[in-house]
Parts: sequence; structure tokens; C-alpha cells
Amino acid sequence: MLVVEATDLRRSYRTRTGIVRREKKEVEAVRGVSFGIERGELFGLLGPNGAGKTTTIKMLITLLLPTGGRATVLGQDVVGAPREVRRHIGYVFGGDRGLYERLSALDNLRYFAELYGVAPREQRQRIGSLLELVGLTGREKERVEGFSRGMRQRLHIARGLLHDPEVLFLDEPTIGIDPVGARELRATIATLREQGKTILLTTHYMFEADELCDRIAVIRDGLIVAEGSPAVLKQRVSAGHVVEVETFGLPPSRTDSVRSVQGVRSVSVEERGQAQVLLVQVEPGAEVTSGVLAELLGTRVGRVSSREPTLEDAYVELVSGA
Amino acid sequence: MLVIAYWLHLKMLAASVFDGIFQVIWPLFFATTAFLVYRQADDPAVMVYAGLGSAVMGIWSVVATTASSLLQRERWLGTLELLVAAPTRFALVLVPITTAMASLGLYSLTATLLWGWLLFGITVPVASPVLFVLAIAVSIFSIALIGFLLSVAVVRYRTAWAMGNMLEYPGWLVCGFLVPLTIFPTWVGWIAYALPPTWGMQAIRSAASGGSPWRDVLLCLGLGMVYGLVGALLSETVLRSARRHATLSLT
Repeated sequence: MLVVEATDLRRSYRTRTGIVRREKKEVEAVRGVSFGIERGELFGLLGPNGAGKTTTIKMLITLLLPTGGRATVLGQDVVGAPREVRRHIGYVFGGDRGLYERLSALDNLRYFAELYGVAPREQRQRIGSLLELVGLTGREKERVEGFSRGMRQRLHIARGLLHDPEVLFLDEPTIGIDPVGARELRATIATLREQGKTILLTTHYMFEADELCDRIAVIRDGLIVAEGSPAVLKQRVSAGHVVEVETFGLPPSRTDSVRSVQGVRSVSVEERGQAQVLLVQVEPGAEVTSGVLAELLGTRVGRVSSREPTLEDAYVELVSGA
Repeated sequence: MLVIAYWLHLKMLAASVFDGIFQVIWPLFFATTAFLVYRQADDPAVMVYAGLGSAVMGIWSVVATTASSLLQRERWLGTLELLVAAPTRFALVLVPITTAMASLGLYSLTATLLWGWLLFGITVPVASPVLFVLAIAVSIFSIALIGFLLSVAVVRYRTAWAMGNMLEYPGWLVCGFLVPLTIFPTWVGWIAYALPPTWGMQAIRSAASGGSPWRDVLLCLGLGMVYGLVGALLSETVLRSARRHATLSLT
């Protein structure tokens, strides 16, 4: 049985613009997402900002009602049995918010332990072991307002695990954390997977998903555009190569004309100081350098190089839809 | 759950020195204003009227109006979503928040009576101390339930906390804290009788003067329970609406 199952899940938001003449607009954040997560699996939902990752996760944890489709967690419908779903899931999100700043870490954990119905005699032992798991032992009596972002994030993880949930939803848990802190957090997530937790992780970072996830779904504009193991996703771009063209003062219209060159699969632009570097994904066997340079006539061009594609390229290709 | 959650919310309220001083001074400031105005009448009975009225006025201001702001604080902290995501019924999550405020209301009442006694020489004669304490307890409880109802509204409408502030000053007048209801048009009276503090105020005055407060106590309690029940019933509907309209994460 699938632990988490989403079938054609949809969610749209209504927004209003203007003050005097108010106009309603409907934005489709998730447009029919379907996936399933097996018990003990670490499933990654990967995508850029605004792709629909958080909206999807919020529907699964019962904070948002879907406008279409269906989702179940441990066989319970997220709309029909929200309280039953909440009992068995943990939710952790990234960022500074979501904690009581004026309370100590210990009091924060005690409060949420009460809300999740952890028996008083179990609380002390459970909180102690979680503080050790996230490396906050000895700091638990300090107020959260004095915590670094990494410490807060680790406290979030401890909070999400208080009731020993079977399923964990981690929404960009490493966002804004320094590389060392992020690495420690990834190690904690890996430990949780080893303990048999079923985890849904959303992230921007391909390398993070690659390191941790058993399977990945790439989401773009509210739709899943690719799904599979990290190895399968890498294969999508392993054939072919990437041409990097350094330009200065590149007009946006030139990107489209480069995209139309025969043999070009996708094009993206990366700002590097004063330069704009065109990253051109090339079809296997195609030779596009002269065609690309012809399209850039009139634009100042610097270094031109060719290399093998990386995971980052796979991700960029998938999310740019180019 | 309720006891620990209550204690932690009280701890949060007490954690800020600035907020603490503000909560201590606020009711005394308005009580002083009322005492200075009523002193002009040069009648000890009027000062007792003002003393009791100011004391309950403090409870109203602290509990009913700030309970909704407390829930708004949950929005700013980003904890509202986490409270909703917990399996505990949301109405139960709100109770400790509101009762923590009720404790401040009790302080407000005691401080105002002491302030009036120390600075203005107002001695409130209490004919039936037990009934007086009962009337106070029921008033605080019922006012807390109004605060609970207001805070339920904040779950769905993020600017509903302003409604709490808006109700503060009209409540002082309409509930008969500082002026008798008889000076208002009849229709104001109907609004007043629908509010538990009106009956609570009357019960406290009756218990202090030796009259029977029972009818007023029961009406105050009954009305308070109605507000609480409406809040509890609304909480699930409001929560579903917030989930539908995606307003939980908004600040």
C-alpha cells in the first residue's frame, strides 16, 4: 500500500488586484499532480520558487483543501479525515518562523508535545533523545530568540518528530542555512530515512535531492514534468553536451534566437559578475557553436567553451521547460 | 494539555518586560482617569461605583480585546499553521490562550481596586465576600469566552483582531461599567443585555452592596456559555473556510 498518494491533485487561489476597480483573478498553483510514496521511501519534490511544491505539501498535511483531485496519507483522505492524518504525520518547514521566540527550546517542544498528545511520562525521555538527535543538548533552556537559523531549523525537526510520526513532510528544510549546517541537517534526514520513516522532501537543490532521495519528481508550473530515481533523471541529459558562451550586455531577445538554432535543446542565462553566460544544452552529435555565435552577432562575446552536462543542467532543463 | 499550554502562554506574556509594564500600567491609567472625573461629584457612593466599574473595565480591555491580538501574534510567528496542523481540536488549542489573558484580567481587577484604595481612598464595601468573588470569577470567565469567540474570527480573517480593539471603548459604555444603562436609548439596552459583562457588572455591584447577585450571575454565565458554544461550533467551520481560502499562512 502506498503511504502517500496524490491523484490529479489541484489547487487554485483567488487573488484580487486594484483598489477601486477590484478584479478577481484565479491562479492555478497545482494543476493535476499525481504521485505515490512507498513505506520507508524518501521522495523528493524538486522545483523552483512558485512551482507548487509548498502548495502540494500543504494539501497533503491538511492545511489547504484541494480544489480538485484526491490525496490520502496512510489510507486516510486528507479532506475527509484531517485529524486522523494529522495524528500520524510530522511537518517541518524551512525559515525563521514557526517557533515561540520568547520560550526556551524545551518549552517549545513541551508545548507541541502536549498538542500532539504525547503522554507526560514519555515527554521527558522523548524530548531528551530528540535534542540529542538534532544536536541541541545543553542549549534547550535558552530562549529561541537567541538561536541561529541552523539551530532553529534543527529545533523544527525535533518538533516535527515529537509524536514519532510515521510520515514526515519536510518543506525546504535547508533553505537559508550555511553549508555546514545544511550538511548536518541532511545527515539528520538520512538518519531518519534509515530509521524507516517515510519522508516527502521539497527542495530547490538538485544535489540535495540526489544525495538523499530514493525517487524525485520535478515540478514546474504546478505540473510534474519528470519523475524517477536520481540516476534516471540524470540520464535525460547525459547524452549531448553543454556550450557555455560568455557575453556582455546580452539583450533578452537573443536568448530566443539562440534557442531556435538547429541542435539546441535548451538555453538558460546565468549572471556572473558583469557577464551573462549562455548555457546551451546541445542534442547528441550536433554542432551548434557557429550557429549560436551567428545569432549573437553584434553582442560582445568573451570565452566560449564546451563541457559534459551536470545534474544542475538536468534540473535547469526540466524546470525551464526550454 | 490545557494546564501546561496555559502556563506556557502565561510565560510568554510575562517574558517581555516592556509588555509586562504596559499590561500593568494600562488598566491603572484608565482607572485613574475615571476616578479623577468621578471625584468631582464629591460623593463616596459615586467613587465606589467608579471603583468597581473601572475594575471590570480593566478585565474587559485586557481579556476580550487582546485575546484576538494574541491569535494574530500566532500568525506573525508562523505558528498558527502548526497549531492547526496538530491533531488537537482547535477550540481546545485556543482555550489556554484565552485563559492566560483571563489571568491578566484578574490582575487588572485587583490592581485597580488597590490603586483606587491607595491613591483615591476608595474603600469598596463588600457585603457578601463569597458572592462577590463568585461574581468576579464568573465575569472573568464569561468575558474570556467573548475573547475566545473573537479569536476564532481571527483564524479566518487576519484583520479581525482590529474588531477586538474596536469593541473596547463602546464596551466600557454599553456594559454599564462607568455610566448607568438608564441614560441610553432603549435599543442600546438590548445590545447591553446580550453582553455577559453587563450582567457580570450588575452581579458584582449587587454582591458588594448586599443584594442578591444570583440572577445576574446566572445570566452572565449562561450568556458567556452561549458565546463559548458559538465559538466552539464556529471554530471547525471557520477553520475549514481558512483551509479553503488559504488564509492560514497570511500575516
